[in-house]
Amino acid sequence: MSIDVKKVKKNAFRITKQRGKTALRIRVPGGHLEVKYFDIIKEIAEKYGDGTVHITIRQGFEVPGIDFDKMPEINRMIKPIIEGLELDIGVNIDDPEAGYPAAGTRNVSGCIGNKVCPFANYNTTDLTRKIEKEIFPNDYHVKIAVTGCPNDCIKAHMQDFGVIGITEPQYDEGRCISCQACVKNCRKRVTGALKFENYTVVKDEDRCIGCGECVLKCPTGAMTRSKEKYYRLVIMGRTGKKNPRIARTFLNWVDEETVIKVIKNCYDYIDEYIDKSLGKEHVGYIVDRTGYNVFKEAVLKDVKLRTKAKIADYIDFGGYMYERNRFFSEVSR
Amino acid sequence: MGYQLLNKDFNDILNQLKSEYKIYGPKRFENKGRFSDTDVIGYGEIDKLEDIVLDEKTYFSPKEIIYPIRQTLFYFTEDEVKVPDAPEDKVIVFLRPCDINGIKRLDTIFLENGPYKDVYYERLREKVKFFMIECTEGFDSCFCVSMNSNKTHDYAVAIRFNEENVLIDLKDRDLLEYFENYGKAEEFTPEYIKENKAKVSIPYPEKVTNEMFEHEVWQEYTRRCIGCGRCNTSCITCSCFTMQDVYYDANKKVGERRRVWASCQIDVFTNMAGGHGFREKQGQRMRFKTMHKINDFYKRFGFHMCVGCGRCDDVCPEYISFSKCINKLYSIVEEGNNDEK
Ligand code: SF4
Ligand code: SF4
Ligand code: SF4
Ligand code: SF4
Ligand code: SF4
Repeated sequence: MSIDVKKVKKNAFRITKQRGKTALRIRVPGGHLEVKYFDIIKEIAEKYGDGTVHITIRQGFEVPGIDFDKMPEINRMIKPIIEGLELDIGVNIDDPEAGYPAAGTRNVSGCIGNKVCPFANYNTTDLTRKIEKEIFPNDYHVKIAVTGCPNDCIKAHMQDFGVIGITEPQYDEGRCISCQACVKNCRKRVTGALKFENYTVVKDEDRCIGCGECVLKCPTGAMTRSKEKYYRLVIMGRTGKKNPRIARTFLNWVDEETVIKVIKNCYDYIDEYIDKSLGKEHVGYIVDRTGYNVFKEAVLKDVKLRTKAKIADYIDFGGYMYERNRFFSEVSR
Repeated sequence: MGYQLLNKDFNDILNQLKSEYKIYGPKRFENKGRFSDTDVIGYGEIDKLEDIVLDEKTYFSPKEIIYPIRQTLFYFTEDEVKVPDAPEDKVIVFLRPCDINGIKRLDTIFLENGPYKDVYYERLREKVKFFMIECTEGFDSCFCVSMNSNKTHDYAVAIRFNEENVLIDLKDRDLLEYFENYGKAEEFTPEYIKENKAKVSIPYPEKVTNEMFEHEVWQEYTRRCIGCGRCNTSCITCSCFTMQDVYYDANKKVGERRRVWASCQIDVFTNMAGGHGFREKQGQRMRFKTMHKINDFYKRFGFHMCVGCGRCDDVCPEYISFSKCINKLYSIVEEGNNDEK
């Protein structure tokens, strides 16, 4: 059997443990889709696969048990999915009958956001789509997720880029009845950023993480959300076999435009610094090699930060090493 | 006096009125809802008819216009007290019949309850003219008809909003000069809603005994209510307040005394000196509120405090319905029905 494995993978089909069988991967930016697409997935699974589908951690679908030679047929079948979930949101794919043109940059996942969740500070689906439009198709291995609030239900902290929606609570003293619901809740469930002094709520700007819980608690509308939407961008979280670690804050209190631009810039950074001998290299390990400062400079290129924005001076990524010596190379003679 | 006015003429009149009055109405506050990207409908100053939101009920009531959430009663120094001047502007409020009746309840509490009138309330209240929004449809949670507060004749102007024009019944002759040059005379009598979707039956006050006080029905609210106080802060008739002495300086010699809305569902409401609170359980608080709204107030004044605006129902995050609570009481008291429903 002759199969161009690299081509197959790039086309979003998998090499599986079962010889001769592949699995189709379907992207669902933001994890939200119209159910009409289920019919197509179902038909593929029943007709070409083993009648099952796996829901991936990245909010895609994986349809296993497919013969390699059925790929072109299946690619034609998923055309409406590619059109509806990619082309319609502005992603550029030349031939929508030929399946996905890349698989390196993974599906941009998102929590349910403010379509449903009361905690959410914005519409996560919209943002995942805007990001997908800018970065897909692309072969570089980058994982991105967006989450509606610092509860981080999507686990943005396990991504190369995690976008966390925040708000800057606006306090209207004249509407405050001093019930302290906001103060008590922030102390109990968040960071204790609020204090009650002289019958008035006082906020410690440095402690406030912008979750918006105080807004939810306030019975009079004395605490409301800021008109501007803000984001915290955490970076280089990962799992993996070397050094699993949680993402750290890179930018805080930035706008949507900045988030998108920084992620886009990262592809140029990868292009320049990727270890070309490897064929593929996950972005986190590139940052390990170049150091944070090189990364920072590259991704902030042409980014205009507003005054409220904060940038990390230094990041201690931490995490744990399975084998510390793995990060040493021997001097070859 | 009845008039038919084109919307633009009505807006002209509003514009002229603005030289003499602050004009408030139900309006949309964009992105100020509890949840992100949601609005809240509340009371604020309006410029034109189009600012008035008619197809949604307000989350907050208009009471804050005459009974501010935080109100400075006086400023003090070591040896002087200064009462702030009353605001000069006269006020026009666009509101529905239930809310006009609600403000009547506030009048009763602030002006007729004790031996003295509440001057702070009075000096704002006497500046207010009601522009009644004709209300014939209501909203899902309204039960004004049951509370006999669906009608009122106490208005300066009553308005029916049509697509392109408004019909006006003008009662207040002070305003005649504003209206007489516009539009054409046309008799108009406002109609009132005849039936709500929600209805309540109120147990006859004398029949509510101490047994009801201890009844297990309140336990459900101990379990369900989170004591957030929204039912009180949105209510047109809740009038309780607390006092705060705020010092501006560290040696506590200069400052202000103000009053601030209080809520009987919130923790600190019954706290007394020493920290003891006497209605610790949410169910007890619900009982207190319910009895005040549909029992005790009636015994004192001959009409119920609650006007059935239904806001407490709309805003409760735990989906506790006050009209359902009233009906439960009725079924217990009047029908001897003790089954949980
Ligand atoms: S992360 Fe926040 S907004 Fe998203 S689902 Fe969780 S709680 Fe809701
Ligand atoms: S936004 Fe969150 S962290 Fe900031 S004050 Fe409110 S509850 Fe506290
Ligand atoms: S929850 Fe609202 S009313 Fe209560 S203390 Fe906080 S800001 Fe004031
Ligand atoms: S108790 Fe509820 S229904 Fe009655 S006046 Fe108050 S908010 Fe309106
Ligand atoms: S709004 Fe509902 S939960 Fe909040 S205090 Fe009132 S009854 Fe309790």
